[in-house]
Amino acid sequence: MKILVCISKVPDTTAKISFTDNNTKFNEDKVQFIINPYDEWYALVRALELKEANGGTVTVINAGLADNEQIIRKALALGADDAIRINMQPEDAYQTAAEIVAAMNGEQYDIILTGKETIDYNGGIMGGFIAEMLDLPYVSMASKLDKNGDVFVLEREIEGVKEIVEVKAPFVLSAQKGMAEARIPNMRGILASKSKPVKVVEPSGTGARTHVAAFALPAEKGGCKMIPAENAEQLIDLLKNEAKVI
Amino acid sequence: MSILVFVELQNGNLKKSAFEAAAYAADLAASRSTEAVAIALGESNGDLEQLGKVGISKVWHVADAKLNHLTSRSYTKCIMAGVEQTGADTVVLSHTSTGKTLAPRVAIRMNAGLLACVSDLPDAEGNYRKSMFSGKAWGNIGNKEGAAVITVNPNAYTYVVKEGAAAVEALAVLLGDNDFDYTVKEVINESAGMTPLPEAELVVSAGRGMKGPENWGIIEELAGELGATTACSRPVSDIGWRPHHEHVGQTGITIKPNLYIAVGISGAIQHLAGVNQSKCIVVINKDPEAPFFKAADYGIVGDAFDVVPRLTEAIKKMKAS
Ligand SMILES: Cc1cc2nc3c(=O)[nH]c(=O)nc-3n(C[C@H](O)[C@H](O)[C@H](O)COP(=O)(O)OP(=O)(O)OC[C@H]3O[C@@H](n4cnc5c(N)ncnc54)[C@H](O)[C@@H]3O)c2cc1C
Ligand SMILES: Nc1ncnc2c1ncn2[C@@H]1O[C@H](COP(=O)(O)O)[C@@H](O)[C@H]1O
Repeated sequence: MKILVCISKVPDTTAKISFTDNNTKFNEDKVQFIINPYDEWYALVRALELKEANGGTVTVINAGLADNEQIIRKALALGADDAIRINMQPEDAYQTAAEIVAAMNGEQYDIILTGKETIDYNGGIMGGFIAEMLDLPYVSMASKLDKNGDVFVLEREIEGVKEIVEVKAPFVLSAQKGMAEARIPNMRGILASKSKPVKVVEPSGTGARTHVAAFALPAEKGGCKMIPAENAEQLIDLLKNEAKVI
Repeated sequence: MSILVFVELQNGNLKKSAFEAAAYAADLAASRSTEAVAIALGESNGDLEQLGKVGISKVWHVADAKLNHLTSRSYTKCIMAGVEQTGADTVVLSHTSTGKTLAPRVAIRMNAGLLACVSDLPDAEGNYRKSMFSGKAWGNIGNKEGAAVITVNPNAYTYVVKEGAAAVEALAVLLGDNDFDYTVKEVINESAGMTPLPEAELVVSAGRGMKGPENWGIIEELAGELGATTACSRPVSDIGWRPHHEHVGQTGITIKPNLYIAVGISGAIQHLAGVNQSKCIVVINKDPEAPFFKAADYGIVGDAFDVVPRLTEAIKKMKAS
């Protein structure tokens, strides 16, 4: 089984978000970057588990500049066999998908996994673009992935409902919570990762279709109105007549 | 050129997010002096004409029972049939699990830019405001193409309800086996009569401060009295006190209800990432230093086991008067 996992680099959840250049650039100063949690904990770990059970290879792919090596090495340390890095700074999910498809260079994968969304851009759309470009089935919001003979059984956890679906490879999925448990790389993995191949390819030059014109920080909260516990009932009145939410 | 809006059905009824997307499309169309037409897929219980109340004059309906469950190819084929019928250059969907799945396919077929997860109509420069960094910032996104596919963030767009009924017209789309991505084997309803969390306007959520699953009765009673949906923090679902689909936060579901009541939750940044776009946040915690108070609109420092039942009583009284 050949598996491809798309990984993106995002600021750590606890990072302070600020912008420079007249609010047009994310301020990377002092920001710790990680693999997007959905890509690492769910997509990559489940891909590795399937490989361990059934044989095959797991390749990770990332569109990003040289400083993305750090997160790529972590994916290799966790157990991926090799990696492809597309040497570019992506501008939107359409462009990222087009470059990932170009970098696959006709290679066939049984499963292409993405995370359900990136925690910085919050788009949740890259997997759908890849599926359409390759004309493959797309199982979005997958919370479980099992192989059963020559079919794959997946669960989709969606608004109030759980769907169980059966699909034949090749297909694309987006992964969310439930699919696997996060792993921590061990010493052997870290040592092995240093000699695993990372292929760097130049982008094909597909342009983005959207662009971020500017960023803004949300307005500060007005401050919390404290209600003494002995008058807790007052809250209901405030919710009804002041906040007007009930 | 006109605008096509894809409206989602659940069990044959229009979802709340469908009205939001339809209103968005109608308002966008009005600003361009054109019209917005809707398309609905799968069997309907007959509420499609209700879309007239948010400014939709016509609804295409592909009533094929094979479309009662989403698959991305079959739905995309139908939406593209609607695009052709209408001559639309803009397609609007909800940024729900279904909308996110379809929007990229539709965007490619239309050579359109995809503006995902937007909250407002485009500004004077034509840019769309979208929430980013898990609610910690906004981005203003511009489209480089002529055609556009827009997904509207649920519970973000405010609209007015008017009088009116939309005309429903059947649309036939020929679907073969190859148009379905996969077979749906089973559908399990998990929300047990409550509004599903991503769509809920009122949410009562509780954390480790509840001490154990046997104490959730007071949370459920408060939620029941409010007509709210229940949620929980991650450790609570991890240890199995509550089902996984209730887990909100960075690694769980992101919600934006009008009211979020957090009981016995400390307010860790990963929890806030999933709830900080709520319009009004109430925090009940016995620790005055709990970080959640910084993100709250109303706070009560007190013991949940004392405060929560009294709130439930106060709501009963309010309803009775
Ligand atoms: C990468 C990562 C991702 C994560 N993702 C998520 C996520 O998606 N969602 C999430 O929720 N968490 C997430 N977490 C965990 C998060 O950091 C916190 O650990 C978690 O939110 C804490 O849950 P809690 O508030 O229920 O428990 P605690 O932090 O233990 O807080 C319990 C609170 O209850 C109060 N309390 C106790 N007794 C009472 C009482 N009788 N009455 C009133 N108040 C009382 C206490 O004062 C305390 O503030 C994540 C963590 C990491 C590292
Ligand atoms: N630069 C990138 N390189 C590789 N994969 C990416 C990149 N950006 C996004 N992805 C993948 O696409 C998924 C969804 O991203 P998005 O649509 O941007 O929210 C992520 O979870 C990743 O799996």
